[in-house]
Parts: sequence; structure tokens; C-alpha cells
Amino acid sequence: MSGYDGLWGYLVLVLVGFLPCDIWRMLGVVVGRGIDEESELLVWVRAVATAVLAGVIAKIVFFPPGALTMIPLPVRLTAIACGFVAFLLARRSVFVGLAIGETVLLTAGFVLAR
Amino acid sequence: MPSSLSAFFAGLRASFLSVFVLVLVGTYIGIGALAHDYGFGLDWIMASTVLVWAGPSQVIMISALGAGAGLLETAIAVGLSCVRFLPMVVALLPLIRGPQTRTRDLLIPAHFTAASMWVESFRLLPAVPIERRVAYCNGLGIGFMLSGQIGCVIGYFLTASLPPLLTAALLFLTPMSFLVSTARNARSLADRLALVFGLIVCPILVYADIGLDLMWTGIIAGSLAYGIHRLRGARR
Repeated sequence: MSGYDGLWGYLVLVLVGFLPCDIWRMLGVVVGRGIDEESELLVWVRAVATAVLAGVIAKIVFFPPGALTMIPLPVRLTAIACGFVAFLLARRSVFVGLAIGETVLLTAGFVLAR
Repeated sequence: MPSSLSAFFAGLRASFLSVFVLVLVGTYIGIGALAHDYGFGLDWIMASTVLVWAGPSQVIMISALGAGAGLLETAIAVGLSCVRFLPMVVALLPLIRGPQTRTRDLLIPAHFTAASMWVESFRLLPAVPIERRVAYCNGLGIGFMLSGQIGCVIGYFLTASLPPLLTAALLFLTPMSFLVSTARNARSLADRLALVFGLIVCPILVYADIGLDLMWTGIIAGSLAYGIHRLRGARR
């Protein structure tokens, strides 16, 4: 057992999961209330949001969590690059990009593990 | 879409047709298995999917708590990984909000905001009548959350522990899907540059051991992209 069972577990979940996460979403509602859809400020906010998502991507690829560490960095980079090129070639199909990226990762991981 | 209810179901239907169903089921299989390995209950991990609703942040939370990290330390790590939702919600709201929308009606769509719902909203919402978008988003969010929960249950009950290579592949779903779906949605110069700059700036900040790396990535890379967009606009 994790030690986070029953009511205590739910309390911990609210304190360390729900609140730290949703405070940003609710702050977004407050901050975003007055912003016009056509405003330049929104172009900047969108760019910031996109850059943060890019940061999440880069962070997982360069500093992976858990089992992904067993795949060497060059393989992770090759797989994500192959997926991206496949996505472009397949007329921006997210599915194709995902399928090719995963296939490259799994194949390379399988070969390396032998 | 004559009523809010039909808009809700249209959103629900759209979620099941989205490629993110695969991504979410896969990602949450990984999360369910991780939670099982650390000895958390299925009720707990499913509740966390409803309450936190952020794959990468849930991975951080489960690994930290499971490894015995302190509550404050875990809360800070989760909070930092969720800063991304602030600009995401701010950018999304004007698209959801009609002239008649009350602020409290926006709280649920805001809670549903995660990478999956965010990118799919930008793709799908323009075709939805403005007064139906809140209901549509709620349908989309519920559908995605349902996919996540299905993944949680599957991952939790996989009797044999997942082979490490498969776990690695499930963890890889997040960056791969975020990259191509963000690229698909990035039509303006500012968005495209922000994506490229973000990919470059973030690892540099992490290697340089600068704290709040995601927040600084957003501000630096996003502002740089915006600045170039402005310069191009001024020259025309």
C-alpha cells in the first residue's frame, strides 16, 4: 500500500494534485476575462502557451521520466524527428506521425535490448 | 445544433473520433500501471484523473508520492508543471465565450483544458455556433476524460507488469502527439516560431539549471516569436 488510502489519500490528492494544478486554470479564467478575441495580446499569449507546450515536449525527450530513460537520447531524438517528418509527408496527419514515431522507438528499443 | 444538449453530444462524439483517444488511452494505461506499481488504489488514481486531468503532471505526482517525497515538495512540482494551463486557458477562452456566456460557465471548460482538449478545440470550435461552444467543449472534455479512465483501468489491471519497452513507448506518446498536433494547429508565424523556439530554449534552461524552466521557456520563446511576428507586420 502506498500509505495514501481512504480519506487521507483523497485529502492529499486535493492538496498536492487538484489545487496546485487547477489554480492556474482558474487564474486563466480570471486573467482572460477581459481579453478580446482579435487583440494582439492574445497573439502573444497563444505564442507563450505554444512555447510552454514545446517546453513540455523537449523536457520529456531530453529528460525523460521512468522507463523512457532506457531508450538512449539519440534514439528518442531520431524517433520524434521521424514521426514529425512522416506527419509532414502525410499531409499533416497526426495519426501517421504518431504511428511512425512510435514504430521507430519500439523497433530501435527492441534491437538495442537484444 | 439546436440545443446545448445536442452540442454536448456532438462534442462527445468528436472526442471519440479524435486521434487523441488513442493517445489518452495509451498514456493512461501507463499512468494506471505506474499507480499500481506504487501501491495506489484504483479509486485514487481515477479520482486523480478527474481532479488533476494532466497526464505529465499526474506522472510527476504519482512518482513523487510513491517514492516517498514530501507533500509540499510534491505540490510544488505539480504546480510548476501546471503553469502551462494559465496561458492555455487565457488563449482558449475567447474562442469558447459568446456575448451571453457567464464566467461561471467557463469554469468547467477551463478545468477540462489539457493539451488534448486545447489543440482539438482550436481545430473543431470554429465550425460550432458560438452560443453552443461551452456545451460542445464540455462534451469534448468528458469524452477525453472517459478515454483516460478506460486507460487507467486497463493499466491498473494488466496482471503482468508491463514490459519496460512498452512502458517507454506509452510515455513517448505524450511528446510525439503534443509535437505533431501543436504543429498541425500552428498556422500563424508567431505560433510556428514559438514551437521551434520552445523546443530549443527549454533544454538549454534545464541544462543551465535555471529554475521554473517551463515558465521561462514560455515567456522567452513566446515573446521572441511574438516579436518577430510584430517586426514582420511592421515592415509590410
